[in-house]
Amino acid sequence: MQLTNRSKVVSNKKMSFAEKLYLPAIVKGLAITMSHFFRKPATISYPEEQRYIAPVWRGKHVLKRDANGAENCTACGLCAVACPAEAITMTAAERKPGEEHMYREEKYAAVYEINMLRCIFCGLCEEACPKEAIFLTPELVPSYLNRDEFIYGKDKLVEPIDKRVDITQRQKHLVEKKQ
Amino acid sequence: MLKVIIDDIEVEVAPGTTVLEAARQNADKLPGVPPAMCYYSKLEGSGGKCRVCLVKVGMPAVDMATKEPIIDPATGKQRINFMPKPQASCRTTVAPGMVIQGESSPEVLEARKGVVEFLLINHPLDCPICDQAGECKLQDLAYENGREATRYQEKRRTFEKIDIGDKIKLHMTRCILCYRCTYVADQLTDKRVHGIINRGDHAEISTYIQNAVENDFSGNMIDVCPVGALTDKTFRFKSRVWFLKPVDAHRTCNHQSKNEKIKCNGKATLWMFGGEVFRVTARKDKWAEVEEFICNECRYDHKNTADWTIEGPTAVSHQSVISANHYTLPFEMSKGMQNRLEQKTVKRSLIEKQLGE
Repeated sequence: MQLTNRSKVVSNKKMSFAEKLYLPAIVKGLAITMSHFFRKPATISYPEEQRYIAPVWRGKHVLKRDANGAENCTACGLCAVACPAEAITMTAAERKPGEEHMYREEKYAAVYEINMLRCIFCGLCEEACPKEAIFLTPELVPSYLNRDEFIYGKDKLVEPIDKRVDITQRQKHLVEKKQ
Repeated sequence: MLKVIIDDIEVEVAPGTTVLEAARQNADKLPGVPPAMCYYSKLEGSGGKCRVCLVKVGMPAVDMATKEPIIDPATGKQRINFMPKPQASCRTTVAPGMVIQGESSPEVLEARKGVVEFLLINHPLDCPICDQAGECKLQDLAYENGREATRYQEKRRTFEKIDIGDKIKLHMTRCILCYRCTYVADQLTDKRVHGIINRGDHAEISTYIQNAVENDFSGNMIDVCPVGALTDKTFRFKSRVWFLKPVDAHRTCNHQSKNEKIKCNGKATLWMFGGEVFRVTARKDKWAEVEEFICNECRYDHKNTADWTIEGPTAVSHQSVISANHYTLPFEMSKGMQNRLEQKTVKRSLIEKQLGE
Protein backbone atom coordinates (compact mmCIF):
# COMPACT_ATOMS: atom_id res chain seq x y z
CA MET A 1 0.00 0.00 0.00
CA GLN A 2 1.32 3.42 -0.90
CA LEU A 3 -0.15 6.55 0.74
CA THR A 4 2.08 9.16 -0.92
CA ASN A 5 4.38 9.34 -3.94
CA ARG A 6 7.26 10.82 -1.98
CA SER A 7 9.00 7.57 -1.10
CA LYS A 8 12.30 6.86 -2.92
CA VAL A 9 13.63 3.55 -4.02
CA VAL A 10 17.11 2.97 -2.51
CA SER A 11 19.65 1.29 -4.79
CA ASN A 12 22.48 -0.82 -3.42
CA LYS A 13 24.69 -1.12 -6.48
CA LYS A 14 28.43 -1.94 -6.32
CA MET A 15 30.94 0.99 -6.39
CA SER A 16 33.26 1.38 -9.36
CA PHE A 17 37.10 1.33 -9.03
CA ALA A 18 37.35 5.15 -9.13
CA GLU A 19 34.80 5.48 -6.39
CA LYS A 20 36.59 2.90 -4.28
CA LEU A 21 39.80 4.97 -4.37
CA TYR A 22 38.10 7.74 -2.24
CA LEU A 23 40.85 10.28 -3.06
CA PRO A 24 39.03 12.04 -5.96
CA ALA A 25 35.97 12.54 -3.74
CA ILE A 26 38.11 13.99 -0.92
CA VAL A 27 39.82 16.42 -3.33
CA LYS A 28 36.43 17.47 -4.67
CA GLY A 29 35.16 18.13 -1.16
CA LEU A 30 38.26 20.12 -0.20
CA ALA A 31 37.86 22.23 -3.34
CA ILE A 32 34.37 23.23 -2.26
CA THR A 33 35.67 24.16 1.22
CA MET A 34 38.55 26.20 -0.24
CA SER A 35 36.24 28.08 -2.61
CA HIS A 36 34.30 29.41 0.40
CA PHE A 37 37.44 31.23 1.66
CA PHE A 38 37.15 33.66 -1.23
CA ARG A 39 33.40 34.28 -0.99
CA LYS A 40 31.64 37.14 0.80
CA PRO A 41 30.94 36.00 4.40
CA ALA A 42 27.29 35.20 5.20
CA THR A 43 27.56 36.60 8.73
CA ILE A 44 28.19 40.06 10.13
CA SER A 45 30.06 41.04 13.29
CA TYR A 46 27.07 41.93 15.46
CA PRO A 47 26.82 44.18 17.49
CA GLU A 48 29.57 46.34 15.90
CA GLU A 49 27.90 45.86 12.56
CA GLN A 50 24.13 45.88 12.25
CA ARG A 51 21.87 44.91 9.40
CA TYR A 52 19.48 47.38 7.82
CA ILE A 53 16.04 47.38 9.42
CA ALA A 54 13.23 48.88 7.36
CA PRO A 55 11.51 51.89 8.92
CA VAL A 56 8.22 50.01 8.75
CA TRP A 57 9.66 46.97 10.51
CA ARG A 58 7.25 45.56 13.06
CA GLY A 59 9.10 45.23 16.35
CA LYS A 60 8.42 46.18 19.94
CA HIS A 61 5.17 48.06 20.60
CA VAL A 62 4.89 51.56 21.95
CA LEU A 63 1.89 53.19 23.63
CA LYS A 64 1.83 56.78 22.44
CA ARG A 65 1.11 59.96 24.32
CA ASP A 66 -0.52 62.99 22.73
CA ALA A 67 1.10 66.41 22.29
CA ASN A 68 0.35 67.31 25.93
CA GLY A 69 1.85 64.12 27.25
CA ALA A 70 -1.45 62.39 28.06
CA GLU A 71 -1.79 58.72 27.20
CA ASN A 72 -3.83 58.07 24.07
CA CYS A 73 -5.00 54.59 25.02
CA THR A 74 -8.58 54.40 26.29
CA ALA A 75 -8.61 50.64 26.94
CA CYS A 76 -11.31 49.96 24.35
CA GLY A 77 -10.03 46.43 23.88
CA LEU A 78 -10.10 46.46 20.08
CA CYS A 79 -6.40 45.57 19.86
CA ALA A 80 -6.95 42.61 22.16
CA VAL A 81 -9.91 41.33 20.15
CA ALA A 82 -8.01 41.83 16.88
CA CYS A 83 -4.91 40.03 18.20
CA PRO A 84 -4.71 36.60 16.56
CA ALA A 85 -2.24 35.37 19.18
CA GLU A 86 -4.23 36.71 22.14
CA ALA A 87 -1.15 38.38 23.50
CA ILE A 88 -2.80 41.55 24.81
CA THR A 89 -4.67 41.92 28.09
CA MET A 90 -5.87 45.06 29.80
CA THR A 91 -7.84 46.41 32.70
CA ALA A 92 -9.66 49.69 32.35
CA ALA A 93 -10.14 52.37 34.96
CA GLU A 94 -12.00 55.65 35.13
CA ARG A 95 -10.06 58.88 35.06
CA LYS A 96 -10.44 60.95 38.21
CA PRO A 97 -10.79 64.74 38.15
CA GLY A 98 -7.33 66.26 38.05
CA GLU A 99 -5.82 63.46 35.98
CA GLU A 100 -6.63 65.08 32.64
CA HIS A 101 -2.96 65.70 31.95
CA MET A 102 -2.20 61.99 32.33
CA TYR A 103 -4.94 60.38 30.30
CA ARG A 104 -6.59 61.82 27.21
CA GLU A 105 -10.00 60.12 27.55
CA GLU A 106 -12.24 59.58 30.54
CA LYS A 107 -11.31 55.92 30.60
CA TYR A 108 -7.77 54.61 30.53
CA ALA A 109 -5.84 51.37 30.78
CA ALA A 110 -4.78 50.81 34.36
CA VAL A 111 -3.04 47.62 33.31
CA TYR A 112 -1.91 46.95 29.76
CA GLU A 113 0.17 43.89 29.11
CA ILE A 114 1.58 42.33 25.97
CA ASN A 115 3.07 38.88 26.19
CA MET A 116 5.99 39.10 23.80
CA LEU A 117 6.29 35.32 23.72
CA ARG A 118 2.80 35.08 22.27
CA CYS A 119 3.02 38.14 20.03
CA ILE A 120 3.63 37.38 16.36
CA PHE A 121 4.26 41.02 15.42
CA CYS A 122 1.56 41.05 12.77
CA GLY A 123 0.58 44.66 13.44
CA LEU A 124 -3.17 44.03 13.58
CA CYS A 125 -3.34 45.83 16.94
CA GLU A 126 -2.18 49.11 15.48
CA GLU A 127 -4.57 48.71 12.57
CA ALA A 128 -7.46 48.11 14.97
CA CYS A 129 -6.59 51.00 17.27
CA PRO A 130 -9.12 53.84 16.89
CA LYS A 131 -7.13 56.23 19.06
CA GLU A 132 -3.69 56.02 17.41
CA ALA A 133 -2.37 54.76 20.70
CA ILE A 134 -0.42 51.61 19.85
CA PHE A 135 2.28 51.40 17.22
CA LEU A 136 4.98 48.92 16.39
CA THR A 137 8.53 50.26 16.27
CA PRO A 138 11.68 48.99 14.53
CA GLU A 139 13.15 48.26 17.96
CA LEU A 140 13.67 44.56 18.66
CA VAL A 141 12.43 42.68 21.69
CA PRO A 142 15.53 41.23 23.35
CA SER A 143 15.79 37.75 24.74
CA TYR A 144 15.55 37.10 28.46
CA LEU A 145 16.34 34.21 30.73
CA ASN A 146 13.01 34.38 32.53
CA ARG A 147 9.56 33.97 31.01
CA ASP A 148 8.01 36.66 33.24
CA GLU A 149 10.26 39.27 31.73
CA PHE A 150 8.61 38.83 28.35
CA ILE A 151 5.31 40.15 29.68
CA TYR A 152 5.62 43.84 28.95
CA GLY A 153 3.55 46.10 31.16
CA LYS A 154 2.84 49.78 30.85
CA ASP A 155 6.27 50.58 32.33
CA LYS A 156 7.93 49.17 29.21
CA LEU A 157 5.29 50.03 26.62
CA VAL A 158 4.26 53.64 27.30
CA GLU A 159 6.75 56.04 25.76
CA PRO A 160 8.68 58.13 28.27
CA ILE A 161 7.39 61.68 28.33
CA ASP A 162 10.86 63.14 27.71
CA LYS A 163 11.96 60.48 25.21
CA ARG A 164 9.26 60.31 22.57
CA VAL A 165 9.28 57.50 20.02
CA ASP A 166 9.07 58.67 16.44
CA ILE A 167 6.40 56.75 14.55
CA THR A 168 5.87 59.09 11.58
CA GLN A 169 7.12 56.45 9.12
CA ARG A 170 4.76 53.90 10.58
CA GLN A 171 1.80 56.30 10.50
CA LYS A 172 2.45 57.10 6.85
CA HIS A 173 2.52 53.43 6.04
CA LEU A 174 -0.73 52.81 7.95
CA VAL A 175 -2.57 55.72 6.37
CA GLU A 176 -1.72 54.35 2.94
CA LYS A 177 -2.91 50.92 4.00
CA LYS A 178 -6.22 52.18 5.37
CA GLN A 179 -7.08 54.10 2.23
CA MET B 1 -55.67 36.42 8.69
CA LEU B 2 -54.79 39.20 6.31
CA LYS B 3 -52.63 38.99 3.26
CA VAL B 4 -50.09 41.74 2.81
CA ILE B 5 -47.18 42.08 0.44
CA ILE B 6 -43.85 43.01 1.99
CA ASP B 7 -40.95 43.52 -0.42
CA ASP B 8 -42.87 41.62 -3.15
CA ILE B 9 -43.39 38.62 -0.87
CA GLU B 10 -46.89 37.77 0.23
CA VAL B 11 -47.25 37.04 3.94
CA GLU B 12 -50.21 36.32 6.20
CA VAL B 13 -50.61 38.09 9.50
CA ALA B 14 -53.33 38.56 12.09
CA PRO B 15 -55.43 41.74 11.81
CA GLY B 16 -54.21 44.54 14.06
CA THR B 17 -50.50 43.67 13.80
CA THR B 18 -48.15 46.47 13.00
CA VAL B 19 -46.09 46.36 9.84
CA LEU B 20 -42.91 45.95 11.89
CA GLU B 21 -44.37 43.00 13.80
CA ALA B 22 -45.55 41.47 10.52
CA ALA B 23 -42.02 41.72 9.15
CA ARG B 24 -40.54 40.25 12.33
CA GLN B 25 -42.96 37.33 12.29
CA ASN B 26 -41.93 36.50 8.73
CA ALA B 27 -38.27 37.39 9.11
CA ASP B 28 -37.00 34.20 7.40
CA LYS B 29 -38.94 34.88 4.21
CA LEU B 30 -38.10 38.55 3.86
CA PRO B 31 -34.87 40.17 2.68
CA GLY B 32 -34.77 42.26 5.85
CA VAL B 33 -36.70 43.56 8.82
CA PRO B 34 -36.89 47.30 9.53
CA PRO B 35 -34.58 48.24 12.40
CA ALA B 36 -36.10 49.73 15.55
CA MET B 37 -34.48 51.96 18.11
CA CYS B 38 -37.47 53.10 20.17
CA TYR B 39 -40.09 50.41 19.57
CA TYR B 40 -40.07 47.64 22.17
CA SER B 41 -42.64 44.89 21.80
CA LYS B 42 -42.75 44.28 25.57
CA LEU B 43 -43.48 47.91 26.41
CA GLU B 44 -46.96 49.15 25.71
CA GLY B 45 -47.19 52.34 23.71
CA SER B 46 -43.54 52.44 22.67
CA GLY B 47 -42.51 53.33 19.16
CA GLY B 48 -42.96 56.13 16.70
CA LYS B 49 -40.14 58.28 18.06
CA CYS B 50 -36.90 57.38 16.36
CA ARG B 51 -38.16 56.98 12.76
CA VAL B 52 -35.57 54.41 11.70
CA CYS B 53 -38.26 51.83 10.93
CA LEU B 54 -39.63 53.88 8.02
CA VAL B 55 -41.19 51.91 5.16
CA LYS B 56 -43.14 52.78 2.05
CA VAL B 57 -46.79 51.84 2.46
CA GLY B 58 -49.33 51.69 -0.34
CA MET B 59 -52.66 50.22 -1.39
CA PRO B 60 -53.53 48.76 -4.80
CA ALA B 61 -55.39 51.40 -6.84
CA VAL B 62 -59.09 50.80 -7.35
CA ASP B 63 -61.50 52.85 -9.44
CA MET B 64 -63.80 54.60 -6.95
CA ALA B 65 -66.98 54.20 -8.98
CA THR B 66 -66.70 50.77 -10.48
CA LYS B 67 -64.35 49.10 -7.91
CA GLU B 68 -62.31 47.85 -10.85
CA PRO B 69 -58.52 47.64 -10.36
CA ILE B 70 -56.64 50.37 -12.19
CA ILE B 71 -53.98 48.89 -14.44
CA ASP B 72 -50.75 50.75 -14.94
CA PRO B 73 -50.18 50.86 -18.74
CA ALA B 74 -46.39 50.91 -18.31
CA THR B 75 -46.09 47.62 -16.42
CA GLY B 76 -49.42 45.95 -17.16
CA LYS B 77 -49.96 45.37 -13.44
CA GLN B 78 -52.32 46.97 -10.96
CA ARG B 79 -51.13 50.41 -9.93
CA ILE B 80 -50.10 50.91 -6.28
CA ASN B 81 -50.98 54.19 -4.61
CA PHE B 82 -48.15 54.81 -2.15
CA MET B 83 -48.44 57.29 0.67
CA PRO B 84 -46.55 60.46 -0.20
CA LYS B 85 -44.06 59.95 2.64
CA PRO B 86 -42.57 56.85 4.26
CA GLN B 87 -44.41 55.67 7.36
CA ALA B 88 -43.11 54.43 10.71
CA SER B 89 -43.68 50.68 10.48
CA CYS B 90 -43.91 50.19 14.25
CA ARG B 91 -47.00 52.41 14.39
CA THR B 92 -48.73 51.46 11.12
CA THR B 93 -51.14 48.55 11.34
CA VAL B 94 -51.62 46.26 8.38
CA ALA B 95 -54.67 46.42 6.09
CA PRO B 96 -55.82 43.72 3.67
CA GLY B 97 -53.88 43.85 0.41
CA MET B 98 -51.40 46.42 1.72
CA VAL B 99 -48.17 46.73 -0.21
CA ILE B 100 -45.09 47.50 1.88
CA GLN B 101 -41.64 48.27 0.60
CA GLY B 102 -38.78 48.20 3.04
CA GLU B 103 -35.38 46.83 2.17
CA SER B 104 -36.28 46.63 -1.53
CA SER B 105 -36.89 50.33 -1.90
CA PRO B 106 -33.90 52.65 -2.42
CA GLU B 107 -36.06 55.53 -1.12
CA VAL B 108 -36.54 53.80 2.22
CA LEU B 109 -32.85 53.01 2.54
CA GLU B 110 -32.04 56.63 1.77
CA ALA B 111 -34.56 57.81 4.38
CA ARG B 112 -33.09 55.39 6.93
CA LYS B 113 -29.63 56.71 6.23
CA GLY B 114 -30.89 60.22 6.83
CA VAL B 115 -32.51 59.23 10.11
CA VAL B 116 -29.29 57.58 11.28
CA GLU B 117 -27.45 60.78 10.51
CA PHE B 118 -29.97 62.76 12.56
CA LEU B 119 -29.71 60.33 15.48
CA LEU B 120 -25.95 60.71 15.41
CA ILE B 121 -26.02 64.53 15.35
CA ASN B 122 -25.77 64.82 19.11
CA HIS B 123 -24.53 61.33 19.85
CA PRO B 124 -20.83 61.35 20.71
CA LEU B 125 -18.64 59.15 18.52
CA ASP B 126 -16.69 57.70 21.41
CA CYS B 127 -17.55 54.03 21.14
CA PRO B 128 -14.05 53.06 22.41
CA ILE B 129 -15.00 54.52 25.80
CA CYS B 130 -18.68 53.56 25.95
CA ASP B 131 -19.65 50.43 27.86
CA GLN B 132 -22.46 49.68 25.44
CA ALA B 133 -20.12 49.19 22.48
CA GLY B 134 -20.47 45.72 21.05
CA GLU B 135 -24.11 45.37 22.04
CA CYS B 136 -25.28 48.85 21.02
CA LYS B 137 -28.14 48.99 18.56
CA LEU B 138 -27.18 52.45 17.38
CA GLN B 139 -23.67 51.22 16.62
CA ASP B 140 -25.05 48.35 14.55
CA LEU B 141 -27.52 50.64 12.83
CA ALA B 142 -24.87 53.20 11.93
CA TYR B 143 -22.54 50.47 10.74
CA GLU B 144 -25.18 48.97 8.48
CA ASN B 145 -26.97 52.10 7.28
CA GLY B 146 -24.92 55.16 8.06
CA ARG B 147 -22.20 57.11 6.37
CA GLU B 148 -18.59 56.47 7.15
CA ALA B 149 -17.86 59.92 8.49
CA THR B 150 -19.88 62.66 10.10
CA ARG B 151 -20.78 65.84 8.22
CA TYR B 152 -21.79 67.64 11.40
CA GLN B 153 -19.49 70.49 12.32
CA GLU B 154 -21.46 72.34 14.97
CA LYS B 155 -21.02 71.79 18.67
CA ARG B 156 -22.73 68.68 20.00
CA ARG B 157 -24.81 69.09 23.11
CA THR B 158 -23.12 67.63 26.17
CA PHE B 159 -24.25 66.89 29.69
CA GLU B 160 -22.57 66.02 32.92
CA LYS B 161 -22.91 62.38 33.94
CA ILE B 162 -25.53 61.85 36.62
CA ASP B 163 -25.84 59.03 39.14
CA ILE B 164 -29.47 58.10 39.34
CA GLY B 165 -29.50 55.87 42.35
CA ASP B 166 -26.39 54.01 43.37
CA LYS B 167 -26.63 51.42 40.58
CA ILE B 168 -27.41 53.35 37.40
CA LYS B 169 -25.31 55.96 35.63
CA LEU B 170 -27.08 58.34 33.27
CA HIS B 171 -25.04 59.93 30.54
CA MET B 172 -27.53 62.13 28.74
CA THR B 173 -25.01 62.97 26.00
CA ARG B 174 -25.51 59.51 24.56
CA CYS B 175 -29.32 59.48 24.84
CA ILE B 176 -31.38 59.36 21.66
CA LEU B 177 -34.67 60.06 23.48
CA CYS B 178 -36.35 56.77 22.67
CA TYR B 179 -38.51 56.96 25.83
CA ARG B 180 -38.06 53.23 26.51
CA CYS B 181 -36.78 53.77 30.05
CA THR B 182 -39.76 55.95 30.96
CA TYR B 183 -42.10 53.22 29.73
CA VAL B 184 -40.24 50.71 31.90
CA ALA B 185 -40.69 52.98 34.89
CA ASP B 186 -44.37 53.46 34.07
CA GLN B 187 -45.23 49.87 33.38
CA LEU B 188 -42.93 47.87 35.64
CA THR B 189 -42.47 49.99 38.70
CA ASP B 190 -44.99 51.56 41.02
CA LYS B 191 -43.87 55.12 40.71
CA ARG B 192 -42.00 56.88 37.97
CA VAL B 193 -39.54 59.43 39.26
CA HIS B 194 -37.78 60.24 36.01
CA GLY B 195 -38.98 61.48 32.67
CA ILE B 196 -38.28 63.78 29.81
CA ILE B 197 -38.16 67.43 30.61
CA ASN B 198 -37.93 70.38 28.21
CA ARG B 199 -38.78 70.22 24.54
CA GLY B 200 -37.17 69.83 21.14
CA ASP B 201 -33.43 70.15 21.13
CA HIS B 202 -33.46 70.86 24.86
CA ALA B 203 -35.31 67.65 25.73
CA GLU B 204 -33.49 65.51 28.25
CA ILE B 205 -34.07 62.52 30.46
CA SER B 206 -33.91 63.63 34.02
CA THR B 207 -35.01 62.82 37.51
CA TYR B 208 -35.50 66.56 37.99
CA ILE B 209 -33.83 67.22 41.33
CA GLN B 210 -31.49 64.21 40.99
CA ASN B 211 -34.10 61.95 42.45
CA ALA B 212 -32.83 58.43 42.92
CA VAL B 213 -34.42 55.67 40.88
CA GLU B 214 -34.50 52.80 43.33
CA ASN B 215 -37.45 50.66 42.47
CA ASP B 216 -36.99 46.88 42.54
CA PHE B 217 -37.31 46.63 38.77
CA SER B 218 -35.55 49.86 37.80
CA GLY B 219 -32.48 47.97 36.56
CA ASN B 220 -34.40 46.96 33.46
CA MET B 221 -33.95 50.50 32.19
CA ILE B 222 -30.32 49.57 31.53
CA ASP B 223 -31.35 46.61 29.40
CA VAL B 224 -33.93 48.45 27.33
CA CYS B 225 -31.69 51.44 26.63
CA PRO B 226 -30.57 50.96 23.01
CA VAL B 227 -27.48 53.12 23.51
CA GLY B 228 -25.04 53.66 26.36
CA ALA B 229 -27.02 56.41 28.08
CA LEU B 230 -28.08 54.25 31.01
CA THR B 231 -25.34 51.93 32.17
CA ASP B 232 -24.82 49.57 35.07
CA LYS B 233 -22.62 51.29 37.62
CA THR B 234 -21.51 47.98 39.09
CA PHE B 235 -20.10 47.03 35.66
CA ARG B 236 -18.86 50.44 34.59
CA PHE B 237 -15.56 50.13 32.68
CA LYS B 238 -14.99 46.69 34.23
CA SER B 239 -14.55 44.91 30.93
CA ARG B 240 -15.62 44.98 27.30
CA VAL B 241 -18.56 42.79 26.35
CA TRP B 242 -16.52 40.84 23.81
CA PHE B 243 -14.09 39.62 26.48
CA LEU B 244 -16.94 38.12 28.47
CA LYS B 245 -18.74 34.89 27.84
CA PRO B 246 -22.51 35.06 28.18
CA VAL B 247 -24.15 32.05 29.81
CA ASP B 248 -27.81 31.39 30.52
CA ALA B 249 -28.50 30.80 34.18
CA HIS B 250 -31.38 30.84 36.61
CA ARG B 251 -32.01 31.06 40.33
CA THR B 252 -35.08 30.84 42.49
CA CYS B 253 -36.65 34.26 42.64
CA ASN B 254 -40.29 35.18 43.03
CA HIS B 255 -39.92 38.88 43.20
CA GLN B 256 -43.14 40.64 42.36
CA SER B 257 -43.27 44.23 41.19
CA LYS B 258 -45.33 46.48 43.39
CA ASN B 259 -48.12 46.98 40.90
CA GLU B 260 -48.20 43.17 40.46
CA LYS B 261 -47.89 43.46 36.73
CA ILE B 262 -44.54 41.82 36.42
CA LYS B 263 -42.77 39.02 38.19
CA CYS B 264 -39.13 38.05 38.18
CA ASN B 265 -38.57 34.35 37.74
CA GLY B 266 -34.82 34.45 38.05
CA LYS B 267 -33.91 33.71 34.42
CA ALA B 268 -30.92 35.77 33.40
CA THR B 269 -27.74 35.92 31.37
CA LEU B 270 -24.47 35.96 33.29
CA TRP B 271 -21.50 37.66 31.67
CA MET B 272 -18.53 35.67 32.85
CA PHE B 273 -14.79 35.87 32.58
CA GLY B 274 -13.41 32.57 33.74
CA GLY B 275 -15.34 31.74 36.88
CA GLU B 276 -16.08 35.34 37.70
CA VAL B 277 -19.48 36.92 37.08
CA PHE B 278 -18.95 40.46 35.79
CA ARG B 279 -22.58 41.40 35.35
CA VAL B 280 -26.06 40.00 35.15
CA THR B 281 -28.57 41.04 32.51
CA ALA B 282 -31.95 39.82 31.39
CA ARG B 283 -31.99 37.38 28.49
CA LYS B 284 -32.41 39.02 25.12
CA ASP B 285 -34.06 37.64 22.00
CA LYS B 286 -32.85 38.11 18.44
CA TRP B 287 -34.39 41.57 18.24
CA ALA B 288 -32.28 42.54 21.25
CA GLU B 289 -35.39 42.77 23.37
CA VAL B 290 -35.59 41.43 26.90
CA GLU B 291 -37.40 38.09 27.11
CA GLU B 292 -38.35 38.39 30.76
CA PHE B 293 -37.63 41.35 32.98
CA ILE B 294 -35.52 40.61 36.04
CA CYS B 295 -35.49 42.23 39.45
CA ASN B 296 -32.68 44.32 40.88
CA GLU B 297 -31.76 41.67 43.41
CA CYS B 298 -30.92 39.19 40.63
CA ARG B 299 -29.14 41.88 38.67
CA TYR B 300 -26.90 43.43 41.28
CA ASP B 301 -26.70 41.26 44.37
CA HIS B 302 -25.85 37.83 43.01
CA LYS B 303 -22.55 38.17 41.23
CA ASN B 304 -21.44 34.81 42.42
CA THR B 305 -21.54 31.64 40.36
CA ALA B 306 -22.68 29.64 43.37
CA ASP B 307 -25.97 31.55 43.45
CA TRP B 308 -26.93 30.43 39.98
CA THR B 309 -27.73 27.25 38.13
CA ILE B 310 -25.89 27.55 34.85
CA GLU B 311 -27.77 26.14 31.86
CA GLY B 312 -25.17 26.68 29.14
CA PRO B 313 -23.69 29.25 26.80
CA THR B 314 -26.05 31.87 25.39
CA ALA B 315 -26.53 31.63 21.65
CA VAL B 316 -24.75 34.61 20.14
CA SER B 317 -24.92 35.43 16.46
CA HIS B 318 -21.49 34.78 15.03
CA GLN B 319 -21.63 38.14 13.27
CA SER B 320 -21.60 39.74 16.70
CA VAL B 321 -18.30 40.87 18.17
CA ILE B 322 -19.39 39.17 21.40
CA SER B 323 -18.69 35.80 19.82
CA ALA B 324 -15.17 36.87 18.76
CA ASN B 325 -12.33 34.68 20.05
CA HIS B 326 -14.60 32.35 21.98
CA TYR B 327 -13.83 29.38 19.78
CA THR B 328 -17.30 27.96 20.05
CA LEU B 329 -19.00 26.56 17.02
CA PRO B 330 -21.05 29.27 15.32
CA PHE B 331 -24.64 28.83 16.35
CA GLU B 332 -25.75 27.99 12.85
CA MET B 333 -23.20 26.38 10.58
CA SER B 334 -23.14 27.83 7.11
CA LYS B 335 -23.58 25.55 4.08
CA GLY B 336 -19.93 25.94 3.12
CA MET B 337 -18.78 25.03 6.58
CA GLN B 338 -20.99 21.98 6.68
CA ASN B 339 -19.58 20.83 3.35
CA ARG B 340 -16.01 21.33 4.48
CA LEU B 341 -16.65 19.46 7.69
CA GLU B 342 -18.24 16.63 5.76
CA GLN B 343 -15.31 16.44 3.33
CA LYS B 344 -12.90 16.34 6.22
CA THR B 345 -14.69 13.45 7.91
CA VAL B 346 -14.87 11.53 4.64
CA LYS B 347 -11.16 12.05 4.04
CA ARG B 348 -10.28 10.97 7.56
CA SER B 349 -12.33 7.81 7.36
CA LEU B 350 -10.64 6.97 4.02
CA ILE B 351 -7.16 7.34 5.51
CA GLU B 352 -8.14 5.32 8.54
CA LYS B 353 -9.44 2.62 6.29
CA GLN B 354 -6.22 2.57 4.27
CA LEU B 355 -4.08 2.48 7.40
CA GLY B 356 -6.17 -0.39 8.66
CA GLU B 357 -5.31 -2.38 5.57
